[in-house]
Amino acid sequence: MTEPDPNPLEYAPALESATVAALRERYRPFIGGEFTDGSGAVFSSVNPATGETLAEITGSAESDVDRAVNAAEDAFRGHWGSISGTDRAKYLFRIARLLQERSRELGVLETLDTGKPVRQATEFDLPNAAAWFLHYAGWADKLDHAGFGPSPAPLGVTGQVVPSNFPLLLLAQRVAPALACGSTVVVKPSERTPLTALVFGEICEQAGLPSGTVNVLPGDSESGASLLAHRGVRHAVFTGSTEVGERVRRDLAGRGKRVTSELGGDGVNIVFADAAPEEAVRSVVEGAFFNQGRVRCAGSRLLVEESVAEEFVARLRDRMAELRVGDPMDRNTDVGALGSSAEVERLSELVERGVAEGATRWTVPATPPRHGDFMAPTLLTGVQQSMSVARREVFGPVLSVLTFRTAREAVTKADNTPYGLAAGVWSEKGSRALWTARELRTGVVWANTFHRFDPTAPFGGRGESGNGRVGGAAGLEAYLDV
Amino acid sequence: MADSPSSSPPETRPPGELAEATRDEAALTRFLRGLPGIDAVGLEQRAAALAGRAVKGEAKLRAIDRAVGMVDLTTLEGADNASKVRALAAKARTPDSRFPDVPRVAALCVYPDLVTEAVTALRGSGVGVASVATAFPSGRSTPRAKLAEVELAVESGADEVDMVIDRGAFLAGEYGRVFDEIEQVRAACGPAHLKVILETGELGGYDNVWRASWLALLAGADFVKTSTGKVSPAATLPVTHVLLRAVREWRDRTGQSRGVKPAGGIRTTKDAIRYLVAVREVAGPDWLTPELFRFGASGLLNDLLMQRETQLHGHYSGPDQVTVDL
Repeated sequence: MTEPDPNPLEYAPALESATVAALRERYRPFIGGEFTDGSGAVFSSVNPATGETLAEITGSAESDVDRAVNAAEDAFRGHWGSISGTDRAKYLFRIARLLQERSRELGVLETLDTGKPVRQATEFDLPNAAAWFLHYAGWADKLDHAGFGPSPAPLGVTGQVVPSNFPLLLLAQRVAPALACGSTVVVKPSERTPLTALVFGEICEQAGLPSGTVNVLPGDSESGASLLAHRGVRHAVFTGSTEVGERVRRDLAGRGKRVTSELGGDGVNIVFADAAPEEAVRSVVEGAFFNQGRVRCAGSRLLVEESVAEEFVARLRDRMAELRVGDPMDRNTDVGALGSSAEVERLSELVERGVAEGATRWTVPATPPRHGDFMAPTLLTGVQQSMSVARREVFGPVLSVLTFRTAREAVTKADNTPYGLAAGVWSEKGSRALWTARELRTGVVWANTFHRFDPTAPFGGRGESGNGRVGGAAGLEAYLDV
Repeated sequence: MADSPSSSPPETRPPGELAEATRDEAALTRFLRGLPGIDAVGLEQRAAALAGRAVKGEAKLRAIDRAVGMVDLTTLEGADNASKVRALAAKARTPDSRFPDVPRVAALCVYPDLVTEAVTALRGSGVGVASVATAFPSGRSTPRAKLAEVELAVESGADEVDMVIDRGAFLAGEYGRVFDEIEQVRAACGPAHLKVILETGELGGYDNVWRASWLALLAGADFVKTSTGKVSPAATLPVTHVLLRAVREWRDRTGQSRGVKPAGGIRTTKDAIRYLVAVREVAGPDWLTPELFRFGASGLLNDLLMQRETQLHGHYSGPDQVTVDL
């Protein structure tokens, strides 16, 4: 061996330039094809990584919701609801291309607004958003053949409330099928992350989309509630927490609207003793900490077979220690900032409660920036089914480790939550993976991988994880009168 | 195995639990087949993700110098002769005459019949002489001829021997035969370092690359090397990850450090830095030394030199500023 190396290979900060995002001082609602001042309160959007105010946004009041829904109704009746599928596809293709052309701008803007690592925004969020439009552009003229009978009709105006973890991608996943089916859209982005949705309005304009077909209303949860409850909205789509989703469903019951909700999850990775260890470790880490764990289908629980648990957890710690936590604008960063300081507090409390209930805590030895809403990835070992951290949605960079002895026990433990969104199964034995996948009560099961999203594959949950499906032909159903 | 005609020096015997794996062919087969699997999708994802790490500025300049010092400058053509070897030897000693602070390369890699020439040309330079052997690149010859080739290369003064494994035997599941051959070559090497070329492009998948890596390490390889450069695909990042993971686990289990050499297809500085990042992340920073990591390449060196100048002067100088060594 040689003497210790004085200069181990260092990674230089590879900072993306904030100017790429073309930030403006003020953003306004996009209603009826125009950016107009809203009548709601002015609020600001903050960069959670630095605490800096990015821009001011005029919010939407009841009257703006009215105007937007009316514009969408007019667009539906006047044009969009009756043009041919081929014509609708033309616009969707244009939007997809514009998203691709402006992907760096939008990726950086998304990073500034959400705190997610810029590499993820530009290499995951944006390409996927464009892919969703491309996929549904293909469906627009083939609805007769999607399996819903001849000439399935669009519903009319859809009101959509989109959360803050993947603002533009989740918008694309919901707006693309709605437009492909002939519905018009009023979308309300999260008040914490409205910027890319408003630039999306601009893209609709650039694409020459008939005015009123897509409307974007920045605002708070009240604007969201009044949008979904508006009598002109035929289809209410809510994506967010289970708590709010249940309230939405209750409030809208019996109003003659279709309600689609995509809610929380308490995802799990099941690792059998014969799994490919290195890849399983990598994927468990990715599954738990991708997008700071702020993913509805995050694998926030790990169920590992008892016989390999000790070795697996040791590898897990090694791999977690490699995660680079810090400035989201650095292309080397793996874990960026959480959405807000309230999130950091909520998660710290959750971890403390886990420790108080008997779990052992380990946090990666990273020193995240002091300003900004960061939390170092945290591992809780010795977690039991009864502990609160195993029972509820984590939605942050916290991974709980539980063990199991038999495949049946693994399935029972995995399913023992009110949710049922996503699971990963790790085994080199195909029959075992297939059996486990069949037994699990979740909407999505990944085998020997995790967090693979594709517009062709339906995605959605069971139980308290919601009732909608996005993606593929199944994703059309919610937007058609079938 | 136990009854192999020439036994290897005791220090190359794997310690403890791993010694059990080399007791006889059945034990070796059990061990190799019992190794945990490699998941191709996950492996390739990780390799791609790590390739995105940025090394810039000062760190890049140091990485370039480090990479230059790890190059096994290679010429393995039918047209090779003494003059070609002398030209490359001069390049190996002084890669860039305009910048005397550029480190010399690690070794010059040639065919066995040119070892004497290379040794003469490199005397006193500190640059090693590596010789391919065992009927490179196919490995298809009789065991006696292969061993004789190794002995001749070492007698001619080679410091390092790059052997190829018998892929035919490996793919037929005759692990014992492959093991014996490596062990015999190891013995014939004497003090020379042994690099074992797995020719991963012919092994048909990462699981086999993983098994072959362990097989070579168990049989006493100082280095595991991906490819001859004569088969496509040659070195790739995911395959190199597998080798790096093997030497890392080998050290975790035995305390011994073994090296890795990707060869073939690494032509640019960008590629080289991606490999260095993989070394740092998969094996560990300890492996960032020519003693434990080499690049088998011919064209890479000039690109490293051009990029080095770019880092120093802030602009490209063009390919005419570096020497073409024919």
